[in-house]
Amino acid sequence: MNEILTAIIAKYNYWSFLILLLIGLHAMISKNNLVKKVIGMSIFQSAIILFYVSIGYKKGATIPITEHGHGHANEVVHQTAAEMVAGFANPLPHVLMLTAIVVGVGTLGVALALVQKIHRVYGTIEEDEILEKIKE
Amino acid sequence: MIKEQLPILILAVPLLASFAITLFARKSKIAAFALLVGAMGMSFVFAIGVMRQILDTGRVIHYHIGNWQPPFGIELVIDHLNAMVLVLVSGAAFLTAIYSKNTVPAEVPYRFPGEEVPERVPNYYTLYALLVTGLLGIVATGDAFNMFVLLEISALSSYALLALGGGRAYFATFKYLIVGTIGACFYLLGVGYLYIKTGSLNMPDLKVILTSPALAESPTVMIAFMLIITGIWIKMAFFPLHGWLPNAYTYASTTTSCLVAPLMTKVSVYMMIRLMFSVFSAHYIFDRLGWQNGVVWLAAAAILFGSISALGQTNLKRMLCYIIVAEVGYMVGGVWLANADGLIGATYHILSDAMMTLCLFMAVGAVIYKTGDASLYAMRGIFRKMPVTSVVFVIGALAMIGIPPTCGFFSKWYLVSGAIEARHWGFAVALLISSLINAVIFFRIIEIGYFPLFDEQEGEGGHHAHDRAVIAEAPFSMLLPMVLTALSLIAIGLYSNEIITGLVGRTIPAGLL
Repeated sequence: MNEILTAIIAKYNYWSFLILLLIGLHAMISKNNLVKKVIGMSIFQSAIILFYVSIGYKKGATIPITEHGHGHANEVVHQTAAEMVAGFANPLPHVLMLTAIVVGVGTLGVALALVQKIHRVYGTIEEDEILEKIKE
Repeated sequence: MIKEQLPILILAVPLLASFAITLFARKSKIAAFALLVGAMGMSFVFAIGVMRQILDTGRVIHYHIGNWQPPFGIELVIDHLNAMVLVLVSGAAFLTAIYSKNTVPAEVPYRFPGEEVPERVPNYYTLYALLVTGLLGIVATGDAFNMFVLLEISALSSYALLALGGGRAYFATFKYLIVGTIGACFYLLGVGYLYIKTGSLNMPDLKVILTSPALAESPTVMIAFMLIITGIWIKMAFFPLHGWLPNAYTYASTTTSCLVAPLMTKVSVYMMIRLMFSVFSAHYIFDRLGWQNGVVWLAAAAILFGSISALGQTNLKRMLCYIIVAEVGYMVGGVWLANADGLIGATYHILSDAMMTLCLFMAVGAVIYKTGDASLYAMRGIFRKMPVTSVVFVIGALAMIGIPPTCGFFSKWYLVSGAIEARHWGFAVALLISSLINAVIFFRIIEIGYFPLFDEQEGEGGHHAHDRAVIAEAPFSMLLPMVLTALSLIAIGLYSNEIITGLVGRTIPAGLL
């Protein structure tokens, strides 16, 4: 029991990402209301964004800006390159997620626009009611 | 000088054209059309230039965007395989752009009753150029994350384009959007797992890192592969993940289906081949994971399901959509047969199937444009009324059935011989049954096209027959690309030997020979 608990706590970021991912997927597949499906989609995408952000994180690390870069040539640099790198969070996954956030916002916008159009055509955004109207 | 910049120009021209159309041609249909056709034509010429360069030198082109060195910078990697697909995508986009001159103004300004909307045609062309940029980008890029971004660029513009069909298209597109987002997110997640294990996103770099024995054993890499391949299968509508495709493509406007239907699925198949053999390896997938038997059975099921469903359709476009589902099965099965013939067949089929689908959708689109009817019976008497369109349709149909010298025959030949070599009789039988069903489907339509309906002849009397013989052909802007596409089907067939030895055969990964 204790071991399982330790395993969960040690990788809590993966567990929380997984739970969010499943909540989103569940909403996308099983919700009847189209806006709820869109919200599920947003949760699903956010879960993946959080996953990426968490893999770039290190304990006690800071943003990757060198303190003694250009213009501070006179000051003595006490750190080696490896020590400096150890103190920085990995910026690459974070930068990738900036792009993914933009993609997510774009998808959300298109999805909401479609829901609005669906509402104008069928007068409802409940999936079962729409399917009934299509059958008529 | 310009020769070195050709790879990026293929992508940059359509991208800039989409901005230029929005900025300078918002009010004018003609200016927007001219910009689009010009951009697509230039992109096509550049793609041919790149292909010639590769054929002359035989070397893979690595283009470093902004001169950032890989693996940190993004690079475009163009070899024999994607040079061919680049020419295919830009060529098909160019032909469809010409085709769109009359169809887009007729179909796009869908409006709700009593609604006043500004000119929408230029907006349509903006999305068109963006979609093509995304597709070309997916094909050219050598970076796994970049591929995701371009996939979403093309997917987002395709959602908007498909929804412009109006009416039922909105709901069909909404479903596609939900499913497509799940697919893209699975891909993104898979890339994330790969990044955790390798620390790299550059495809050639990933391939080198993934060959280490420690990673080959890793369950994380296996999960990454599963997520990536499932994501792509959703995007390409591989059975049983195909549910979104028929509705989304059926209710779209004619031009949109001509552009999206041949290209989106084929580019996804290209993605699958690229990721399987340029990120993972044939050895890893076929020897270590060993799923090929199951996947080929799924592909056989896809072929049978698609063909049989197509047989039952009375709407021309929906029938073609189910044929696409079957064709995706051809290509996935060919790749997963795990031998050189199967892969050659699948890769060659990307080229020939894209052109066949384009040809058939264009011909059907012309019939819908003239008759306003998308059912099978819109085709009656078509040989008299629209002789050129019907000849184009027949050539497309013959290619789909696989009759030499059209290209469909040669891809099927390689796929069947690959299936025999792999001793996968189920797949071989599915291919043959599907060809027979295609023959039934298309000869039924050709028969409808040849004869006017019996009761019409009787009811209106024989002397009216020549009244209906008046030729009502589609406009020249539609005929020209249609005829060129139909000719290309025969040309791709006649030059199949050159294409297969010069382009397709050069990209067979070492593990399969």
